Amino acid sequence: MKNNINIIVTIPKDTRHLPIIGRVCEKVAQEINCAEELHKTLSNNLAIVLTEGLVNAIKYGSNGQLDNEIHFCINVTGNKMVIRIYDKGIGFDLNSIRPPNFTKSRLEDKGRGIYILRSLMDEVKYHKENDWNVLEMTKNLAKSDSIYL
Amino acid sequence: MKIKLEKVDAITVMYIKEDRLDANNSEELKEEIRSFFGNEKKDLVIDLAEIHFIDSSGLGALVSGYKIASTLHGSLKLSSQQSQVKSMFELTRLHRVFDIFTTVDDALLSYK
Repeated sequence: MKNNINIIVTIPKDTRHLPIIGRVCEKVAQEINCAEELHKTLSNNLAIVLTEGLVNAIKYGSNGQLDNEIHFCINVTGNKMVIRIYDKGIGFDLNSIRPPNFTKSRLEDKGRGIYILRSLMDEVKYHKENDWNVLEMTKNLAKSDSIYL
Repeated sequence: MKIKLEKVDAITVMYIKEDRLDANNSEELKEEIRSFFGNEKKDLVIDLAEIHFIDSSGLGALVSGYKIASTLHGSLKLSSQQSQVKSMFELTRLHRVFDIFTTVDDALLSYK
């Protein structure tokens, strides 16, 4: 797969701007070299992964300072897609987040975001890089079932 | 949030007139559902025909409504899921929790 895409986007830290993400993902998916019929699925998956990651950054990304922006980048080299989301907030402990309870009687309203990221991506990591919290997600696009939701 | 309510006998259908249900508008839907069940009404069908994108916050709003309905011995059923919405329900296994119908009419028939 011949891909070489590198996109960096900065958006205000506000959920009102989430619809823009869908449009960015459509454009990126169109550029990725894969079977034509898979572009829509890829675009949908990218949109949900970015939305969940960005909402997380908006929720945990506030530290009272004037850093009202979140940055994200999408890099596709060959078969490997890496998405990174940067914020300067208080952050969270990714390892402490357990899968949601699927039992009907114990349903929770919240707690599905990270589960969705872990389900759709091959690897999800969260670390500090200087002053930044970085949510890093990796996906191998060559795996046969890799881009199906 | 734009919604339309329609009463069919004792059942209310809530049509969500938005193309997205996400972190930006899910709290409003939660409030709409809470207010519906707070008015001693019991059975609600939510039609998702216009929703083309749902995230975990949107799912959470529907789960919140489902729990309120269950507590009050009422019901919250869903209809008309688009493909992305259907996939998200399957991914999070919520398709096993909700009664989901292809059309509003099918959902209404289930009460007969």
